[in-house]
Amino acid sequence: MALFKLTLKELQEKFTCGEVTAAEIVRAYLLRISHVEPKIKAYITVNPKEALLERAHAIDDGLKAWRKTEPLMAMPLAIKDNICTEGLRTTCGSRMLEQFIPPYDATVMKRLNAQQPLILGKTNLDEFAMGSSTEHSAFGPSRNPWNQKHIPGGSSGGSAAAVAADECVAALGSDTGGSIRQPAACCGVVGLKPTYGRVSRYGLVAFASSLDQIGPITKTVTDAAIMLNAIVGHDPLDSTSTNRDVPDFTKSTKKKDIKKLIVGVPREYFAEGLDPEVEEKVQDAIQVLEGIGGKIQEVTLPSTARAIATYYLIATAEASSNLARYDGVKFGFRAKESQELAEMYHRTRSQGFGPEVKRRIMLGTYALSAGYYEAFYGKAQMVRTMIQRDFDAVFQDVDLLVSPVMPTPAFQLGERLEDPLQMYLSDIYTIPASLAGLPAISIPCGLSSKGLPIGLQLMGRPFEETIVLRAAYAYEQATDWRRKRPVIRS
Amino acid sequence: MAYEPVIGVEVHAQLRTQTKLFCGCATSFGLPPNTQVCPVCLGLPGSLPVLNQRAVEMAVRTGLALNCDMTPANQFARKNYFYPDLPKGYQISQYDLPICGPGWLEISVNGKTKRVRIMRAHLEEDAGKNVHDEGGDGSHVDLNRAGTPLLEIVTEPDLFSSEEVDAYLKTLRDLLVYLDVCDGNMEQGSFRCEPNVSIRPQGQEKLGTKVELKNINSFRYAKDALDYEINRQAEVLSDGGMVQQETRLWDVHKGQTAVMRSKEGAHDYRYFPDPDLLPVIIDPEWMEGLRGTIPELPAARLRRFKQAYQLTEYDATILTNSKGLADYFEACVKEFPHPKTVSNWVTGELLRELNLSSTEPESSPVSPERLCELLQLVDSGTVSLKAARELFPELYTTGKTPAQLVEEKGLLQVSDEGSLTVLIKEVLVQFPSQVEQFRGGKEAVLGFLVGQVMKASKGTANPGKVNELLKRSLSS
Repeated sequence: MALFKLTLKELQEKFTCGEVTAAEIVRAYLLRISHVEPKIKAYITVNPKEALLERAHAIDDGLKAWRKTEPLMAMPLAIKDNICTEGLRTTCGSRMLEQFIPPYDATVMKRLNAQQPLILGKTNLDEFAMGSSTEHSAFGPSRNPWNQKHIPGGSSGGSAAAVAADECVAALGSDTGGSIRQPAACCGVVGLKPTYGRVSRYGLVAFASSLDQIGPITKTVTDAAIMLNAIVGHDPLDSTSTNRDVPDFTKSTKKKDIKKLIVGVPREYFAEGLDPEVEEKVQDAIQVLEGIGGKIQEVTLPSTARAIATYYLIATAEASSNLARYDGVKFGFRAKESQELAEMYHRTRSQGFGPEVKRRIMLGTYALSAGYYEAFYGKAQMVRTMIQRDFDAVFQDVDLLVSPVMPTPAFQLGERLEDPLQMYLSDIYTIPASLAGLPAISIPCGLSSKGLPIGLQLMGRPFEETIVLRAAYAYEQATDWRRKRPVIRS
Repeated sequence: MAYEPVIGVEVHAQLRTQTKLFCGCATSFGLPPNTQVCPVCLGLPGSLPVLNQRAVEMAVRTGLALNCDMTPANQFARKNYFYPDLPKGYQISQYDLPICGPGWLEISVNGKTKRVRIMRAHLEEDAGKNVHDEGGDGSHVDLNRAGTPLLEIVTEPDLFSSEEVDAYLKTLRDLLVYLDVCDGNMEQGSFRCEPNVSIRPQGQEKLGTKVELKNINSFRYAKDALDYEINRQAEVLSDGGMVQQETRLWDVHKGQTAVMRSKEGAHDYRYFPDPDLLPVIIDPEWMEGLRGTIPELPAARLRRFKQAYQLTEYDATILTNSKGLADYFEACVKEFPHPKTVSNWVTGELLRELNLSSTEPESSPVSPERLCELLQLVDSGTVSLKAARELFPELYTTGKTPAQLVEEKGLLQVSDEGSLTVLIKEVLVQFPSQVEQFRGGKEAVLGFLVGQVMKASKGTANPGKVNELLKRSLSS
């Protein structure tokens, strides 16, 4: 089998036993990228071949001296382009940072690099992670490997497409309201959003600080656990990262049943607006979960309907402040030929940001304005607390919640670009877990009649990634969906 | 019509931490531009703030000294506005939950004591500095100062004259210096004050429209700017005009205030809790531990100096105005237990030299031990008081010991009867008519004769001894 078709775990085993070298991995993946990338456009920046081979040779040469291999050694990874990589351009999919080369590594990069992986490049995203389709990238949209007329989802669409198209073995994404889980569902791969505070945000370019969380996008649940192991843990540079003990998450991907686990089915997630095909596949999945020992119980999360409005007040308010630093003064894009300061600010931000980013900055600025704060931002914070309490209450009775990831399969490119509200609705099932800071995973649970993947979401209690992973793994093993791969005709 | 000014004061005190409020960069002053910066204080994409615990401690100690109610769970908030010296496009400050709530500070004006209510004190980060080319061809930003910790201390409108403001500012500054949380340097901007002032007809309860004053970097300017502004507002009202709510800048050269920004130009800062920082929880036990580290404060020390050392109000005030000077004084008294004498020396010779060389008492080249050595030499009659006084500037500048200097200059006081008697005999022979006058009952001549003996000894004779011996010789 071609190297690029392997899962992370399979490739790791081949490398560890000396069957393949790091240099062979680099060559295989760069060749694959050269074949597929013109169609998929998953990457914004691919690391130069010479640099990658140099790394690979260093790994291969040093291997005897080290004796021990790390789980991610020589693994070809892709990184969402809103995670700072020292010396490697980090654009956030924005014209504003088109030429920005960070002088420092994000904490997750420091942790990954300690295991000596091969960082193939930086993947496409909606500008500053604001969007659900990658169509808001200043570098053009990525394509869904299953059908190139369709979106790969977003905002981590480049990472999900790269994994699905075998342009990397695993990737990092970031999730603010569903930006890991929704593209994973669109592309038929696994996407895990850890509990808020589990993974350091230091070096993740902020969109909405109280929601942003980095997580893995992989081919299998086991691969997600391997990646999560590498990036979790307290970081003194991020005050919102917790210093809880970190388990070995791969231990959660051993058992093929979920006996004794109670799985809640929230009524509100199966209401109006859910595509019948998606509903059918998710109901099938629930039966599978029951079949492998899960106890199924219907539950209610009454505040669900308010989640989208709440999210679009809180996330935009934080974004309006987080994006104020892109002012043309210190780094990034600056509009030319301004006569004075206010004009320079105005032109820089008008030309440097795309329409969706500007829309959200304006929404957020309005929500925080004097006289409107209490009615909008203040109220949204109260509703956020209600949503968290809903979850607290049901998690007294159940261990897990199961739901669709997205109301429909991946829509067509351009289909919702002119209708922001329709676009926002594609995150309706992923936003509540974001607002509550819960761990949640998206795993493939079927294909639509048009051959597009459909995702299943499992949500757990805060810091119970172990339970989420255990159920996801057992489900994955009980079904065959992971073996379905897109065929990309060149 | 007679008007009464009503004044409130905001002070920004730079906290004396080694590092900035949210990163590990140094807070030193005067280094080349943009050399004390990192991704955090530059506001680079992806960077995050981490709160400096030392700054929290300093804020809590100040709050306790200002009798403030501390906010058990206080919070940082973002103050959003665009300016080139503000790298993130927002300042991390505190808004509705400041670390220190209401409190008070006692001040003394013309011998009367008064309590000024503190409204709040909160932590925030400083901005950088815009630097404009002399030729006008460009502007630059220096972010060395960006992120330096400030404590903003705000009073209620409890001050009714520029004298009261002056007393408040000096008392607060002394307090902060005593607590060792701020160096109190107004010129370097470590202690900045922004008074706001309104006036109202005498006897009226309702407050007038207030004007904020900026660009005040000395106690003098604070007083001058307020006096100017109070007069200006009175003239506006007397002419039938209305005072506008605005911010005005003090112009030192013109001695005037001028409009900087009107109410319409006021920003909407869109404050909201900073999601990058957790609420700061003040643990009561920890806070009580900090209370124990608060030194004796100026007012209490003044009282103690008057009682324990029997000093005058005037001397005790001079000594306790500066913690360094008071510490110096007490170190001396420990070695040389004559408080009045020590006080005379410290507030006299020492303070004069310190002022001349703009030196803080802590770094005086004459240590308390050295000064005490000198005082002991005087006390034992080894050197005359006059000689010791004359010696002091040299002691201050050369760094030699008192004993060394006395010896080098031949100032050892001669008390030996034998050698003094020789000198006295010579003088008596030299001035027979004066001797006659004395014996004739004109005792005032004695002073002249003592002076002649001193002169003959080149100032080294012990004047008391000379006096005694002269009297004996003349009456024999």
